[in-house]
Amino acid sequence: MKGYYARKVHSLLGVIPLSLFLIEHAITNYAAFDGGQEGFRKAVHTLNDLPLVFFLELFAIWLPLLFHGVYGLYIAYQAQPNLGHFKTERNWRFILQRVSGVIAFVFIVWHVYSTRFQITLGNTTHDELGGFMHNIVTQPGFFVFFLVGVIATTFHFANGVWAFLVSWGITVGPRAQRISSYACLGLFVIVTALFMLSLFAFRGEEFADTASAITTLKTMIG
Amino acid sequence: MAETTTVPQTSQNTARRVKFVITRQDTPETKPYTEEFDLPYRPGMNVISALMEIQRNPVNANGGSTAPVCWESNCLEEVCGACSMVINGKPRQACSALVDQLEQPIRVAPMATFPVVRDLVIDRSRMFNALKKVKAWIPIDGTYDLGPGPRMPEKKRQWAYELSKCMTCGVCLEACPNVNDKTDFIGPAALSQVRLFNAHPTGEMNADDRLDTLMEGSDGIEGCGNSQNCVRACPKGIPLTTSIAELNKQTTKRMFKRWFAQ
Repeated sequence: MKGYYARKVHSLLGVIPLSLFLIEHAITNYAAFDGGQEGFRKAVHTLNDLPLVFFLELFAIWLPLLFHGVYGLYIAYQAQPNLGHFKTERNWRFILQRVSGVIAFVFIVWHVYSTRFQITLGNTTHDELGGFMHNIVTQPGFFVFFLVGVIATTFHFANGVWAFLVSWGITVGPRAQRISSYACLGLFVIVTALFMLSLFAFRGEEFADTASAITTLKTMIG
Repeated sequence: MAETTTVPQTSQNTARRVKFVITRQDTPETKPYTEEFDLPYRPGMNVISALMEIQRNPVNANGGSTAPVCWESNCLEEVCGACSMVINGKPRQACSALVDQLEQPIRVAPMATFPVVRDLVIDRSRMFNALKKVKAWIPIDGTYDLGPGPRMPEKKRQWAYELSKCMTCGVCLEACPNVNDKTDFIGPAALSQVRLFNAHPTGEMNADDRLDTLMEGSDGIEGCGNSQNCVRACPKGIPLTTSIAELNKQTTKRMFKRWFAQ
């Protein structure tokens, strides 16, 4: 599969399901800020009680993520940046979309490995995830990595939605594209805020309680 | 023109000089190099008249005699598209690049997105090949008289006229970060021509053929990455990004039609 259709699939997968999943992820995490340890545990449970959850993860997250990520790296490689001579907002966004995509790819690979994959390995459980996260984000280095990774991902998401609307011929004229820029900026602010609130909530003492947290971290690092 | 009648005497303009740094290349295969020129200023001069001055007196800034700089130009009023070059980092027409409005030294380089023939002369064949590929014309020939075509609504004619101003100058391709050695992207100019000919009441009869070429291979409309430099750089002010987004809509519709109607 090459050319037009590959790019179209890439564009579609970015919105359905990946953007939808990102929003869902932000809302689930927000439970950590809103409902604390117990609220987050409940939110994780609700999600994992979905029917055929493994297949949902496979077809709505992992496979789309793999295609979108790998094909996206190829798109990023193809660009020849010329910001030096064209310092326009749109050209900045063109470059940032590619840079944030690469950062998001690295971040997400690490993030999936350090959380979801650790559950598969049996190093932690869904109930202990809150404490598990607490132990990661209380380390300054990992916390900064999280902040950068999350902002790169949410920017890539919001700007990607804007580009999707252009690529599918929904916003055609300059006025429509300007208004959708503001809408996507709003989307970026809201989703980033949800993730930030949850990240800072995970740093709170409340999440330190989980008993096995320290041992699971040891197994992750060691 | 006014500037030719107000040329001052050579002795009077020793005071003001204009500095040029020109990227040169002797053959398509050899490496580019820069050469500096120090030219007498004349009121109203542009980059082309500066190049003409070098042609008259091919001496570089060090006083050494050199081969005159080669360039292409025709109309000298920004309608032919021949004198595209990179001036102070921006791709544009040299004829409308007034020295008075440029920061010195004025850096002039060929649009290296295209193969360089010599100095500032580039080979824009890929643009004309692209027009052939997308069938940027209206087929009216038949074995018998086809009669008059349908009329074009005046409102449509007005915006379509803007698209028809394209002079295939190549500035949009030079400005595009996705037109380079790593991609086959056909570029904004040819895409906008597809929109123009698909809008024409007779050209519309072949609209699907044109859309299909944009969806085949690896050089089609998917190459656009929305940096929107093309619309900023276009010397004719053509709404290139609107054309591309409109074609995104047309190809998307075409894609679903091909899937579900066959």
